[in-house]
Amino acid sequence: MYHLALKMLMGDRAKYVMLVGGLTFAALLMTQQNSVFQGILSWTTSHMRNSRASIWVVEKNVEQVNETKAMRDTDVNRVRSVAGVDFAVPFFQSILQARAADGSDKPIQLIGLHAATLVGRPPVMVAGDLERLRLPNTVVIDQLAIQRLSIGRPKPLGLGDTFEINDREARVVGICRTERHFFGYPYVFTSYDQALQFAPRQRKMLSMILAEPKPGLTAEQVARTIERETGLKAFTVPEFSRATIDFIWRNTGIPASFMTTIILGFVVGVAVSGQTFYSFVLENIRHLGALKAMGASNALLARMLLLQAFTVGLIGYGIGIGLAAVFGYAVLPAGQPPFLLDARTMIITAVAIVFICIFAALLGIRRVAKLEAAIVFRA
Amino acid sequence: MHTDFTHTHADDEAAVRAVGVTKTYGRGDSRTVALKNTTFTTREGELHLVVGPSGCGKTTLLSVVAGTLEWDSGQIEVFGVKLNGLKTADITTFRRQNIGFIFQQFNLIPTLTTVENVSVPLLLGGTKRTEAEERSAAMLQEVGLGDKLTKRPGDLSGGQMQRVAIARALVHKPRLIICDEPTSALDSTTGHHIMELLAGAARAPGRCVIIVTHDNRTYGYADRITEMEDGQVKQVYANGALRDFIATHR
Repeated sequence: MYHLALKMLMGDRAKYVMLVGGLTFAALLMTQQNSVFQGILSWTTSHMRNSRASIWVVEKNVEQVNETKAMRDTDVNRVRSVAGVDFAVPFFQSILQARAADGSDKPIQLIGLHAATLVGRPPVMVAGDLERLRLPNTVVIDQLAIQRLSIGRPKPLGLGDTFEINDREARVVGICRTERHFFGYPYVFTSYDQALQFAPRQRKMLSMILAEPKPGLTAEQVARTIERETGLKAFTVPEFSRATIDFIWRNTGIPASFMTTIILGFVVGVAVSGQTFYSFVLENIRHLGALKAMGASNALLARMLLLQAFTVGLIGYGIGIGLAAVFGYAVLPAGQPPFLLDARTMIITAVAIVFICIFAALLGIRRVAKLEAAIVFRA
Repeated sequence: MHTDFTHTHADDEAAVRAVGVTKTYGRGDSRTVALKNTTFTTREGELHLVVGPSGCGKTTLLSVVAGTLEWDSGQIEVFGVKLNGLKTADITTFRRQNIGFIFQQFNLIPTLTTVENVSVPLLLGGTKRTEAEERSAAMLQEVGLGDKLTKRPGDLSGGQMQRVAIARALVHKPRLIICDEPTSALDSTTGHHIMELLAGAARAPGRCVIIVTHDNRTYGYADRITEMEDGQVKQVYANGALRDFIATHR
């Protein structure tokens, strides 16, 4: 009987297309919005992927990776002295103004790396030599910086070119690839000492300390030891990611805004699919009554309705996820809006679609269960 | 696990026996008594017509005898099985195994082909799809629609649709065939063809056909006619009385 249930469903073209369309729209909206939201969340932790380290030591009141509360320079040595720390280096991060050739100021994310080790260096160099950061006034910039700081130049900013950071000359010795930052500012890497020259002078300048555990110890064990012995806060990468994302959830309207759209997609899916499927059941009520009269049990009719609902659900889910992926491929090269379609997002959408299908089918099943087979004898 | 109702028999030749059946619809002021202590019997091998004015309870009688409608009181026995004692699921199984239906509006599923429509009772009974479609095709051949196997109901005339409905009602070899106004939507010639098919089906051993009708053109095919009025059996006509009734209503 199940193949006949599918033929009954697909034979009614208008209803079938509307059902698939409603579920496609719901799946697309939920997946696309969730993926953009995940993309934004991934931007908030891009620091940790652009400057990789196992342990991030910060001032004790810092809540997330994009926040800086300066520490004393001597804190680096205090961390180095903690048992289990293999090495620890100073790390500078701050938002400064860089001047483009047309005279306009552009905000940049300035990163200062420990000159001897270059720990926290960008993951991929596209051109130039990172080692040359040890020379005075040198910087490595990312591709977004080329785009932003090339305004007013006859050709894009390249190796050997100069620009100003906070009225000081910076010479480009390398171009790197980075993950985009939550604030949307380009990355400019320099040495720690040079960063202190670029940045306005303050009493305390050390933003963070990057550390590694000794072999045989986990980052988590060493982070707890650092906290205990120095009174500073030490995060492993997963801990810092979680703390940063928690901060975004608690302190910004971004999650609420995206959740509203995702819930809207779900509600539209429930409403359109539920109503259309119920109307499909009502239009077929005499045929379902005839099947009941001929000996179809309520359980069989319920299974047929579930099959019909899940068939349109599966098709709508597939098309919706496909369209969301197409959207992702279209926007990823431009990097805007952020887009991260992972397995978790697909599972969340699948669960929502399953719920919508069950809801739609239950409306029909309830109607059919109450249906008296004798309806077929009525005019 | 469902009960097998395919080999049950009444002690006498009665295929259907309804005794003192009462059925009411609604409550309070809107309460309507559709059947009042009605008694009705059909024998095997009979084509039994139930006639009477609109609203006299014919269709309600048909519905309760077929086990598609619950009744308030009285006993109903079909091929020796007392429907009163059965659970809803068992009544469904009983219908699936023993009853074929022909409806006034055909009730063919418009998105299925004629073969698929006819195969429904077989599939409900657990027959494999290929076998069900082969047997359905053979049944359609018997009712003269061998060349319409892949057509959809919308491509057929009223008479052809009713023949598909007859094929669907007969394909699983039910013992009781219940028809609700099978000729009312058909012209005279087509109506006679349909009645010939049903009369032929009624003559098969161990089977009977009950037809509710307003159509006096069908009276000549009956072995017995029950006339109803106000929810009760007014008169039952057989043999000589039947011939007089037909002559009067021609």
